[in-house]
Amino acid sequence: MTVNARSTVLHLGLIAILIVLGLVLPTYHQGNLARILVLATYAIGFNVLFGYTGLLSLGHAMFFAAGMYGCGLAMHLADWSVLPALGMGLASAAALSLVVAVLALRTIGVAFMIVTLMFAQAFFLAALYLGEWTGGDEGFVIAQARRQLAGFALTEPLTRFFAALTVFSVALLLTAWLMQMPFGRILIGVRENEERTRMLGYDVFRHKLLAVVISGTISGGAGAAYAVLFGYVGATFASVQYSIFPLLWVLLGGMGTTIGPLIGAAFMFYLIDYASGLTNAYLLIVGAALVLLTLFARAGIVGEIRKRWVPWLP
Amino acid sequence: MILLETKGLTRIYGGLRAVDDVDFSLARGEIHALIGPNGAGKSTFVGMVSGRIPASKGEVWFEGRNITSLPAHVRIKQGMAYTFQITAIYARLSLFDNVALALGSRDRPAVLEALARVGLADRAAQTAGDLAYGHQRLLEIAMGVAQAPQLLILDEPTQGLAESEIEGFNHLIRSLAGDTTILLIEHNMQVVMALADTITVLDTGKILSRGTPDEIRANSDVQNAYLGVG
Repeated sequence: MTVNARSTVLHLGLIAILIVLGLVLPTYHQGNLARILVLATYAIGFNVLFGYTGLLSLGHAMFFAAGMYGCGLAMHLADWSVLPALGMGLASAAALSLVVAVLALRTIGVAFMIVTLMFAQAFFLAALYLGEWTGGDEGFVIAQARRQLAGFALTEPLTRFFAALTVFSVALLLTAWLMQMPFGRILIGVRENEERTRMLGYDVFRHKLLAVVISGTISGGAGAAYAVLFGYVGATFASVQYSIFPLLWVLLGGMGTTIGPLIGAAFMFYLIDYASGLTNAYLLIVGAALVLLTLFARAGIVGEIRKRWVPWLP
Repeated sequence: MILLETKGLTRIYGGLRAVDDVDFSLARGEIHALIGPNGAGKSTFVGMVSGRIPASKGEVWFEGRNITSLPAHVRIKQGMAYTFQITAIYARLSLFDNVALALGSRDRPAVLEALARVGLADRAAQTAGDLAYGHQRLLEIAMGVAQAPQLLILDEPTQGLAESEIEGFNHLIRSLAGDTTILLIEHNMQVVMALADTITVLDTGKILSRGTPDEIRANSDVQNAYLGVG
């Protein structure tokens, strides 16, 4: 079997397992998994830029929140139905990421991290400032009755799970395909050695720009899906915390791996879930687990598996 | 027929004129060596030709077009290839992936053929960073050759190569001659004398002399400035 065929089997197999899990899991875990899938979609978007292109953005929450507000406000204020509102969320995130890319990509390295962080803070503060519409840090709830798609109630747990799985699968297969294409290979080239890539005749700036836009749009898609599926939109999702989460998920799962974002998001979600059941000081346990992982599995869970046993993992 | 021409090409770093008003031309199909002591401005000069380093003054013409304002990646697309003085490969990618990026295609036979030209075809699956230094140099040369450029710029390609590998390198460059024009920065005078049709000697940013290997060998200025030891 070729590497491409193997990765197709891996991705479709993973989706099949998730379908089965969705059908057999109790409602509590089904709801958790739906949330994890949407957050993993966000991490997949982040991974396009961080894991594959080698650009560390510390402001991705603004893209997630742009999708969330774009979609949520369209439904909340303008009474749009789900599908056009999702489109609005994607368009908002794409537009914002294009503007941020053009400005932030004038910098590199640490300066790029700081500039993205500052843009995200500006976005966060703007969301608070425009509280009249956004509800500020209290946010707003999207009415249950509006969260219907083609006759299906997205508030119903199983429907919501499959909607989340659909969003995740599209992002997973899209990025996996993209990284097999010449475009994705060139992004990896930029990550590994930018100057070499330029001197092979590739327009590095254009590739980085597209990477930011693709990454931001996928992240925004996750934000829009979050608004529709869980019915809440708030400024917390634009805060710096939500810029750090995808970084942790991707680092834990394995940067530059296709399934790492899901593994990382799931691991962290259940780690917090489990630890907070044991003690109020659950962040201590989470922190210790993160330290151990960075010490002994520096490439992340999937990254380490790839390094040690399964070199073809995409 | 002139492939590459520079007119008054100058690069100033602070108060230092690293390359000073250089008029240079390169005929199509020629193997041209650029020699000179350390700090003579050789790497800066080819950096300006390839677009890596912006020129302070002057023009670069390639295939009859003024390309001075074009960014490096556009110049490369127009038919230049550049190998770095300090090995610049994708250390964490396989040899196959390295050459595939240079080729712009993952066509297996084509990639393996490019690797075979430097004798590395059997190592295609290996990680480039794990290669011995000399092999990394060869990989970089293979990437330059794979681009099938009109003009191949090699910045000290034989640095760190073993004697036997230098033999192979000379053979490879000769096999390209005619189709590919080669601009070679080289310190190893045996390589220069064996390969070059024409030699330009740079010293303190200016052209000191230009001629055939025999003329350069006989030139007393060059001997004083550079070849004195040999």
